[in-house]
Amino acid sequence: MTNRPVLTFVLMDAPFESARTTTAMRLLDIAARRGYDINVFAYEGAVYLPFAHQAQHPNAVHGHDTEQENHPLPKDWVVALIEQATSRGGSIDWANCGLCVDERGAGDSVAGVRRGTPADLVDFARRSDNTLVIPTS
Amino acid sequence: MKILQIINTAYRATIEEQDDTIVWLTHAMTGAGGDFDVLLTGNAVNYTAERQDAAGLSFGSWRQTQPPDIGRDVSGLIAKDVKVYVVDEDAHEVGLTGFGQVGGCVRIARSEIADLFDRYDRIWRW
Repeated sequence: MTNRPVLTFVLMDAPFESARTTTAMRLLDIAARRGYDINVFAYEGAVYLPFAHQAQHPNAVHGHDTEQENHPLPKDWVVALIEQATSRGGSIDWANCGLCVDERGAGDSVAGVRRGTPADLVDFARRSDNTLVIPTS
Repeated sequence: MKILQIINTAYRATIEEQDDTIVWLTHAMTGAGGDFDVLLTGNAVNYTAERQDAAGLSFGSWRQTQPPDIGRDVSGLIAKDVKVYVVDEDAHEVGLTGFGQVGGCVRIARSEIADLFDRYDRIWRW
C-alpha cells in the first residue's frame, strides 16, 4: 500500500469517434505525470483504444504519405501513458472488458493491457480515491 | 445529383483524425466527381474561425506532428467550388462576430434553410 493517489477512469468511447477520447487521455496524462496509480476500465467500444492492429495510412486529401501524415494511433497513446506512469513512479492497470473484447474480436492489445471483468471495476472503485466515468453519448 | 452535407457537431475526433471526418469525406467525394455543398450548423460553425491552433498535444514520449487545421480544410473545399454555408444565428450564439473568419463562406439565416434544402437532391445530416 502506498500513499500515492489512486484514480480510476472508466472509458466507453471507441477510438476515432469523439473528442472525449482525447480528453480522457489528457486527464490520464496529467495523473501519470504526477506519478499516481491509475486504473482504467475500458468498456464497450473503448476496448479498441489499445487494439494492436491499428495502423497509420497516407492521406491524399492532406497530400501526405504515411510518414508525413504520422496519423495518431490511440494504441501508441496507451503505450506512452503506461511508460510515463512507470517512469514517474506510478502505474497504470488497464483492464479491457473481456466480453466487450470478445464480441468485437478486439483481443490483440498492446503490452500492458489485460482482460478484465466488471468485478475489476468494482475492485478498482473500492481501492481508488475517486472514479471518473467518461461515458459515450 | 447535388448533395448538401450538414455538419452539426464540431471537433468529433478531430485530434485523432487530424481533420474533421465529414469535411475530409467531402473533399474525397468531391475529388471522386461528387457534387457537394456543406451547411455548418450548431457548434460546427466554429470551423470557420481563423487561427485555430490544435498543436502541442503529447502523451509521454508521443508527440503529434500534424495537428488538425480545419480552417485550412474548409478553405480547401471553397477552393474546389464547394459552397460552405454557415447559419448566422448559430455563429452569433458562439460569438463568431468581429474577428477573422475563413473567407468565402456564405452566411444564411435559419429562416432560409428550408429554401436551401429545395436546391438539393439529397440532404445528408452527419
